[in-house]
Amino acid sequence: MSLVELHAIHKSFGELEVLKGIDLSIDEGQVIALIGKSGSGKSTLLRTINGLEVIDDGVIIVDGKKISDRDADLLGLRLQVGMVFQQFNLFPHYTALENVMLSPQVVKKQSKAEAKQIAEEMLAKVGLADKMMHYPDQLSGGQQQRVAIARALAMKPKVLLCDEVTSALDPELVNEVLAVVRQLAEEGMTLVMVTHEMRFAREVCDKLVFMHQGRIHETGDPEEVFSNPKTPELSSFVGGLA
Amino acid sequence: MAYKFDFGAIVPHWQLLFDGGILTTELTVIGAVVGVGLGIMGAWARASRAPVISQIVGVYVELIRNTPFLVQLFFIFFGLPALGVKLTEFQAAVLAMIVNLGAYSTEIIRAGIQAIPQGQIEAAQSLAMNRVQIFRCVVILPALKKIWPALSSQIVIVMLGSSVCSQIAAEELTFGANYIQALNFRAFEVYFVVTGLYLVMSILLRMGLKVLGNFLFERRRHV
Amino acid sequence: MSEFSLWDIVYNLLLAARWTVLLSLTAFVLGGLVGLLLLMVRTAGNPWVIRLVRGYVELFQGTPLLMQLFIVFFGLPLIGLDVSPWVAATLGLTLFTSAFLTEIWRGCVESIGKGQWEASASLGMNFTQQMRYIVLPQALRIAIPPTVGFSVQVVKGTAVASIIGFVELTKAGTMITNATYEPFTVYGCVAVMYFLICYPLSLFARHLEGKFRHVAR
Repeated sequence: MSLVELHAIHKSFGELEVLKGIDLSIDEGQVIALIGKSGSGKSTLLRTINGLEVIDDGVIIVDGKKISDRDADLLGLRLQVGMVFQQFNLFPHYTALENVMLSPQVVKKQSKAEAKQIAEEMLAKVGLADKMMHYPDQLSGGQQQRVAIARALAMKPKVLLCDEVTSALDPELVNEVLAVVRQLAEEGMTLVMVTHEMRFAREVCDKLVFMHQGRIHETGDPEEVFSNPKTPELSSFVGGLA
Repeated sequence: MAYKFDFGAIVPHWQLLFDGGILTTELTVIGAVVGVGLGIMGAWARASRAPVISQIVGVYVELIRNTPFLVQLFFIFFGLPALGVKLTEFQAAVLAMIVNLGAYSTEIIRAGIQAIPQGQIEAAQSLAMNRVQIFRCVVILPALKKIWPALSSQIVIVMLGSSVCSQIAAEELTFGANYIQALNFRAFEVYFVVTGLYLVMSILLRMGLKVLGNFLFERRRHV
Repeated sequence: MSEFSLWDIVYNLLLAARWTVLLSLTAFVLGGLVGLLLLMVRTAGNPWVIRLVRGYVELFQGTPLLMQLFIVFFGLPLIGLDVSPWVAATLGLTLFTSAFLTEIWRGCVESIGKGQWEASASLGMNFTQQMRYIVLPQALRIAIPPTVGFSVQVVKGTAVASIIGFVELTKAGTMITNATYEPFTVYGCVAVMYFLICYPLSLFARHLEGKFRHVAR
């Protein structure tokens, strides 16, 4: 059984139907990239997996449990599924360390010492042990994003969702973040990422999912998908990247 | 025939002004602390997912903001006894100030809360925080910091408004002034001096609130 | 049991409410004129004038309205003027209003970019012409919502005038309460009447705020 299963997912924003029947399964340890043009629905799909977007129709099953939109269910879901955002969304009034410690303390009710230890571990893991006491506005974009990754990891999620995590970064800062993501992939973390970094996706991902206008058009091994696009939409998407 | 000013006639009664000033300060401090607390609860209620709660608070806010403080005070002191609630002058004055500031604070703090970027909320949600935890850890302090100047202004306004509490014989500064001028018939001099006292108090209050703001919202750790 | 009916109470309050409206309008209009004058004078740029106007504003914003009314009421007779509560209330509330309005409008004028001043100056306009044809018309649009919003404060301020003996809605409420011994009902009605005057103004101000947000500046 897969870690995450999406069946017949439908989602509309008012009149506009954004997800038109998505089926997807994600196994433990898989690294999946959602690619496609703007408006294809990839970010929306990602956000349904941790409940930030509520689906209109369909079934989401995470770790064997069916997800509803009840509050209690969603809180449980988010303990399993973490997320890193394009705009980092670090809490500006807390230091890096406090940002990472916050949820373990407040949600998982861990002691301050425990939470601090986990936080220090995670920040060291992303290479920011020396910036623990800095506030977000004292850090570069790449550093902030790495803190955001550490913050999500501190909750020990089973799945990590990455929503265009390098899109808001200056080019020279992108690599430090991709290096961390690569490391996580190599360590066996289940990752679902929406990304425009095609080269990175080809190198690191097990499965590429190409979305177009709210549907999954093609999925498969990254090399296959890029070299042999089966649909004209993917062809033109890949062609546009060259 | 020229009027001879006699500011000296106030001096023997300085104690009354001093005591009045103390009471004004007490009214203001209690009114501000409880009023802002009420405002935080009101702002939280306005964001409630039960529309009834939000609407009730909305009605409260509009009622207070569209009626004069003096009338609210009279209603509380003279009107509530009809419902069996009898308050002393001080209690009625404090209650009126709390209720008044509570309504204005609710709106001011609500604006601060709405200015918190949605991304912050989503990040906290993705970390499995519930609504109360998100409010407590991510929303309320940054929101208060943002609206602190507006809230401070409102507190000063309420302090100045306390002068009408003299009308229900609460023995604050204006009451003291009324009393003295009835004794020495130097109404202009007395009110002139007391106006100056209020001016000093409002300047001190504004400065004090600024310092308090810096203390509350200051970064604890320096790198 | 009271020998006054609810209608008796409401009717007499309504009669008094006319004075509330009259005082509000008078103070608002006169206060607006004085405020405008102060605005023009302040914008002209003389540093001493700026300090004076700033002091004027801080004085009225940093002291209770009641004190301001008392000073006018007890002060004017000292220079030989016989004042009725109406005159004292009008004068006091006018000065109060002028200080707040000039401050609101100052913010609006200051939000008009320097470029407008420079462009109009380079077209040969003098200060009065700049204000009249370029700056004030633009500042006016921005100023309307907060000005309408402040009118609510003026109406509420008239209640304080009751304390120096001016018979408006609040004073009538006190007088009727003394006659009927029904403070809950009477002050309840008084509150409702103020609400009926102020709430539409508040809604209007909010509506204007929304409208003008989309105006290019």
